[in-house]
Amino acid sequence: MSPVQEVGEIFAVQQVGAYLQFTVVAPGVAATAKPGQFVAVAVGGENTSMVLRRAFALYSATPSGDFAGTIQFVVAEHGPGTRWLANRRAGELLDVVGPLGTHFPLPSGPSPAVLVGGGYGTAALIPLARALLAGGSPVEFVIGAATGARLFGELIAKRLVGAVTVTTDDGSAGTRGLVTDVLPEAIARVGAEVIYACGPMPMLRAVDAVARAHAIRAQVAVEEAMACGIGVCMTCVLPVRGDDGLSRFVRSCVEGPVFDAERVRWADVGTLPPDLVGADAMGGGH
Amino acid sequence: MTDLTARLGPLTLPNPVLTASGCAAAGRELHQFFDVAALGAVVTKSIMAKPRSGRPTPRMAETPSGMLNSIGLQGPGIDSFIANDLAWLAEHGARVVVSIAGTHTDEYVEVARKLAGHPAVAMLEVNISCPNVESRGQVFACDAIASSRVIGAVRRAADPAQPIFAKLSPDVTDITFIARACADAGVDGFSLINTLLGLVIDTDTMTPALAGLTGGLSGPAIRPVAVRCVWQVRNALPHLPILGMGGIRSGLDALEFILAGASAVSVGTAVFGDPSAPIRVLAELGAALAERGFETLQDAVGFAHLSTAERAARAAVRV
Repeated sequence: MSPVQEVGEIFAVQQVGAYLQFTVVAPGVAATAKPGQFVAVAVGGENTSMVLRRAFALYSATPSGDFAGTIQFVVAEHGPGTRWLANRRAGELLDVVGPLGTHFPLPSGPSPAVLVGGGYGTAALIPLARALLAGGSPVEFVIGAATGARLFGELIAKRLVGAVTVTTDDGSAGTRGLVTDVLPEAIARVGAEVIYACGPMPMLRAVDAVARAHAIRAQVAVEEAMACGIGVCMTCVLPVRGDDGLSRFVRSCVEGPVFDAERVRWADVGTLPPDLVGADAMGGGH
Repeated sequence: MTDLTARLGPLTLPNPVLTASGCAAAGRELHQFFDVAALGAVVTKSIMAKPRSGRPTPRMAETPSGMLNSIGLQGPGIDSFIANDLAWLAEHGARVVVSIAGTHTDEYVEVARKLAGHPAVAMLEVNISCPNVESRGQVFACDAIASSRVIGAVRRAADPAQPIFAKLSPDVTDITFIARACADAGVDGFSLINTLLGLVIDTDTMTPALAGLTGGLSGPAIRPVAVRCVWQVRNALPHLPILGMGGIRSGLDALEFILAGASAVSVGTAVFGDPSAPIRVLAELGAALAERGFETLQDAVGFAHLSTAERAARAAVRV
C-alpha cells in the first residue's frame, strides 16, 4: 500500500524505561500498516533547522476498535531531533509519513519462531508476535539491551507469549551477556524454523550467524541512517545479494527495512565490495 | 490568478516548479504523494553511461538547515534508465529534464546521444559538477575550458530539439566566468546551483562523518549563495534562462530566485523533509505572485534587478 503524509494529534506520550512511547492519531497510516514497517516523523516545527525526518518502527497500528486510527512508536532520545520529540505533549501535532518500507513476511501456516529484540527494536516485534500467534505459530522472545532501563517491551512480551529470555550487557536485568548467547537455547526449546529480529546492526549480524549455524532463516529489520525514508535520497543503502546472485547497494527504506538476513552482506556494510554491481564504474575518482 | 507559464529558452512549461536532480530519484516514489505530471517537470537523478554502485555508507550527515551527502551518483546506467525510468515518466505524462553526468567528455556525449528523439525528454541538464577523471579528479565546472569542452560536445551530440542547461558549481572564484565559457560553447541556459563542497567531523568517532570524506552541502543553509549566483549570472548573461535551485522550502523562497532572475525553480532537499514540498511550493508561489500583482510569472523574472524608474514604467503599463 502507498504511504500517506498526515498531520495528527499526539494522543499520549508515556515514559517507558529509558524511552518515550508515542500514541498519535494517524488513521491513514494505521489503515494499512503491517509489522516491521516504519514511520518518518518531521521534527523541529515549521521553520526548523533540522531538515530531515526521523524514522521509527511502528509499535502498533490500530485501524479499528477503541483506539481506531492511532499508531504507536518508541523514541530513544539521542540527538536534537529526538530531544525535540521528547518535549512534545499530548494535544500537539506531528507530521507523519507512513507506513514505509517492507514488512515481516508471515509463514503460510503455523511455524515456531524466536523473536529477538535489541533495545527499543523490540517495539517492532510486538505486533509481529500478535500476528504470528493469531496464525497459530508458537513464539518465544529473546530481548536484550545494554542495561535494564534500556530494555523495551518485557512486560507486554511476557503477557503475549510467556516465554521471554532477557539479557543485558551489564547484568542489571536477566542474564548478563548478549541475546545471541541465549538464542540457541530458545531455538531448541521452541523448535524454531525462523528467527525474526530488530535491533542494532552488530546484533543483527550475530543473529544471522546463529541462524546459519542452525540452518534456519532469519528475517531482520535494520536500523540504518535515512534522510528521506521514501526512497529518493539513496543514503540508507546496504550491500544485499539479489535473486540473480548479484549484489547491489539497495535502499533499506524501500527494499527494507526487513531483509532476509542471509542476503545482507554484513561484513561489507560501510565498504564498497569490488564485486558489487556498478563498483567498477566508481574508478579511482572522487 | 497569475499566468504561471514558464519559459526556459525554447522550452515552455505549464508552471515553474520542478524537482531537483538527486532529490526525486525518477519521480516514481514522489508520485505516491502527488501527481508528477502536475509539476513543471521532473528533473531526474544524474544518469551516466553504465550502472554505478555509488559510494559506501555513511553517505549523509544532517547539518544546520541542511545536509551533506556523498552518494557518488548511484544509478542504473542510461540503457536501464531509458527502458524503465523514462518509460514510466512518459507513461505518467510527466515532462522530463534528464540530468546527465560523466567522468569524461565522451561519456556525456554517449548519454546525450541515447536520449535523442525521446518524446518525454523536455531538456537535458548537464551536471558538470562531478569530477573529471581526465583532469585527475578535478570538477569540470571548476574549470572554464573543461566546462566549455563538455558543453560544446553535448550541444553537438544532443538532439537539437532538446535544450541543454549547464548545472554549475558555486565553488568557483567567479561563476560568471564559467557561465560565459558555457555560453560561448552553445549552452541554452543554466541550472544554478549544485551543492557546495563540505566536510563534517563526527566528534564521537573523531573522524569525518561520511565514508566519502567530503560531501555536497544542500538545503536552506545554501540559499543565499544560490540566489547570489542566480543574480550574478542573470546580470552577466541576461539573454540566457536560469533554472534556480538551492534550499527552496517555500513559495517565498522560490519567489526570491524568480526575482533574482530565474525563469523556473527546482525544489530539492526540502523533499526529504516534506515529500509534497514541490506541489506545495507551486501553490505558495502562485499565491505570492498574485498577491504582488504580477499578471504573469514572466513579469516577475529578474524583477529585483529593475531600477525604481523601470518599476514605475512597468506599473504604468499595467494600469
